[in-house]
Amino acid sequence: MDKATKSIFITGVGGQGILLASELLTSVAMREGYDAKKSEVHGMAQRGGSVISAVKFGEKVYSPLIAQAEADVLLSFEKLEALRYIKYLAPGGKVIVNTQEIFPGPVSAGLMDYPKDIEDKIKEYAEEAIFIDGLSIAKEVGNVRTVNVVLLGATSYFLPFKKETWKEMIEGNVPPKTIEVNLQAFDKGYTTVANYVK
Amino acid sequence: MTKTLLSGNEAIARGAYEAGVHVATAYPGTPSTEILENIVKYEGIHAEWSTNEKVAMEVAMGASFGGARALVAMKHVGLNVAADPFFSFAYVGVNGGTIIVSADDPGMHSSQNEQDNRRYAKFAKVPMLEPSDSQEAKDFVGLGLEISEEYNVPVLLRCSTRISHSKCVVELGERTEVPVKEYTKQWKKRVLVPANARVQHCDLEERLKRLEKYVEETPINRMEMANTKVGIVTSGISYQYAKEAFPEYSFLKLGMSFPFPKQLVKEFADKVDELWVVEEGEPCVEEEIKLMGLKLTGKDKLPICGEFNQKLVKDFFTGKGNGSEIEVGDLPPRPPLLCPGCSHRGVSYVLNKLKMVAATDIGCYALGVLPPLNCGDSCICMGASVGNVFGMELARGKEFAKKAVAVIGDSTFLHGGMTGLANIAYNKGISTVIIMDNSTTAMTGHQSHPGTGITLKGEPTVKVDYLALARSFGIKRTVEMDGFNLEEIEKTIKEETSSGEPSLIVNKGECILLQARRKKFKPYKVDSEKCTGCKLCLRVGCPGVSFDVDENCAVINPIFCVGDDCGICKQVCKFDCFVST
Repeated sequence: MDKATKSIFITGVGGQGILLASELLTSVAMREGYDAKKSEVHGMAQRGGSVISAVKFGEKVYSPLIAQAEADVLLSFEKLEALRYIKYLAPGGKVIVNTQEIFPGPVSAGLMDYPKDIEDKIKEYAEEAIFIDGLSIAKEVGNVRTVNVVLLGATSYFLPFKKETWKEMIEGNVPPKTIEVNLQAFDKGYTTVANYVK
Repeated sequence: MTKTLLSGNEAIARGAYEAGVHVATAYPGTPSTEILENIVKYEGIHAEWSTNEKVAMEVAMGASFGGARALVAMKHVGLNVAADPFFSFAYVGVNGGTIIVSADDPGMHSSQNEQDNRRYAKFAKVPMLEPSDSQEAKDFVGLGLEISEEYNVPVLLRCSTRISHSKCVVELGERTEVPVKEYTKQWKKRVLVPANARVQHCDLEERLKRLEKYVEETPINRMEMANTKVGIVTSGISYQYAKEAFPEYSFLKLGMSFPFPKQLVKEFADKVDELWVVEEGEPCVEEEIKLMGLKLTGKDKLPICGEFNQKLVKDFFTGKGNGSEIEVGDLPPRPPLLCPGCSHRGVSYVLNKLKMVAATDIGCYALGVLPPLNCGDSCICMGASVGNVFGMELARGKEFAKKAVAVIGDSTFLHGGMTGLANIAYNKGISTVIIMDNSTTAMTGHQSHPGTGITLKGEPTVKVDYLALARSFGIKRTVEMDGFNLEEIEKTIKEETSSGEPSLIVNKGECILLQARRKKFKPYKVDSEKCTGCKLCLRVGCPGVSFDVDENCAVINPIFCVGDDCGICKQVCKFDCFVST
């Protein structure tokens, strides 16, 4: 077991299934014998606001928070949010971005533009940035609501956990009828990154 | 031993269960809400949403008198509401042990201030426990109940947002059945007439002296000795930040910070070259140590305002500053908004259109203050809108009152607005109060209250009749309106505010998130042939309506739109662009 604490910073927009994703990730870490903590702020998640969740695991985790320049992995469920929180990425950390665009209020209202150069900017800051179309992959496996599990599968490529543990935790945490499609979503997310990295 | 992931709030609930608590009360408030939502899942505990924190405190106190172990939970500002019974509780003491949980919100993620409720322990003279993670949150409930019974005093357990809402690994135990104790009449103890209260005050001072001995010996105050160049005194979540920032130094971790363990601190100070205090919020520990005449580094380096993290603690002590190295420029913000289909949108839109002064209150409708709705002149604390609008009437006269309203949610009205309404009638005011009745406590995640007809356990119960209540106060003008009918809203608000009499309007519209649990919505689409690009629909501030600049046409997001279950954009549109799918 690697003793050093690993930090995964997850962000996106309320309603995208971020909290379930971070719950699954933390459970997997605990199941594999790590000390694990996760933290997030409740209350605004259903109201379309920006959502962040921090997951940390290691031999002994103290602070549940990820501070600036500490995240080993930054996983963003939405493109703009990836840029908003890029300052949390540690030097040499990985960025995984779902390319979905969800317009914030000021953009919907025509008061501001949705930035066009997000991918370029992220590449400026991150040595390794992976952009995947989670929504299309979720549609491919047959359920648009599995985007969060697709992205977990993608993230799992960079994490030291066994596939069986992921499988066990997914089976235990999603509605029984959707287990199969979620497992497919997870695999597809993983292979997408594996191919991307090659 | 079963290990599981629990948030601090889930752990407190578990702790109450394991320690044989029989009565648990609360009023919902971020970050404390999930404590009761989890306690109610356990058998053998009466768990309730009380009408407000004061009532919750009084019910828990009564349960303690009656011999049961009790727990009462609230957010930090809730303890202000409950402060009156809280202070007296310390005097009269307990029969069944009692834990008072205060969940503070450093950084104000969802609060109007960041008061540090450690101050309350010293003020009210009750022991203060400060867990640093979920395991301690669970364990301190049981320990606190023992302290409470041994020292005849309620115990304040303070967590903060990052304790309440962080999940950590917790070892579970079994429930210990603690029988309800005998009830005996102890009027000299519990009837706080001055003659008795004088005796009880002296008695409380004696109890605190005994606690001063306990706090020096309890294992939850512990030294973790390492490099003695620096010794850090800390407590609560600050311990985790400091430990991660400076793992090489020695620590004195305080699990119980009032009464203050002076002897222990002195011993620790003698072992180290330099003393640091790391505490988020107020300099409570720092002041105690300074009173002892010891030198330390603390708030001269660390801020009083805002939330800490490990980097902030490290940077401030090492003088590196706390600036970000990365500048990404101005990004469009993503603030929380009124949901698509929210029943508060119509009233906010109309009040803005009529340019009315709106004293608002604590709840989702306060989100209407942001552009483009711009509805809201004040938002202070639970129930304040009602007193505020009447005060403005007194200052500026009746003509002003005809252009002003109080806007308050159903749960908030029952919590702290009712008394203000009686006050308007009694003192001959003409102010108009609008109850935004969405049949739930929405902001904190849909808790029931006395106006919903359902209990925390989900059982049916009686329901407050707001109109009859207002009439019983002497208010003759009481009316309901449909929160999704703009014409009716505008007409009603104009009529009631111009009437020259006090008035209560109840804006009806169930929270759309509750409706979404049982039905599917049929979203609108935009008839692009009809849309002239006037952008009037954007003024309702709905996340479901956006504008395509290239096409010069409004666009509906079908994932968000609830169609005719709201219909606000359709009513605003002058060209019939919004059509059902």
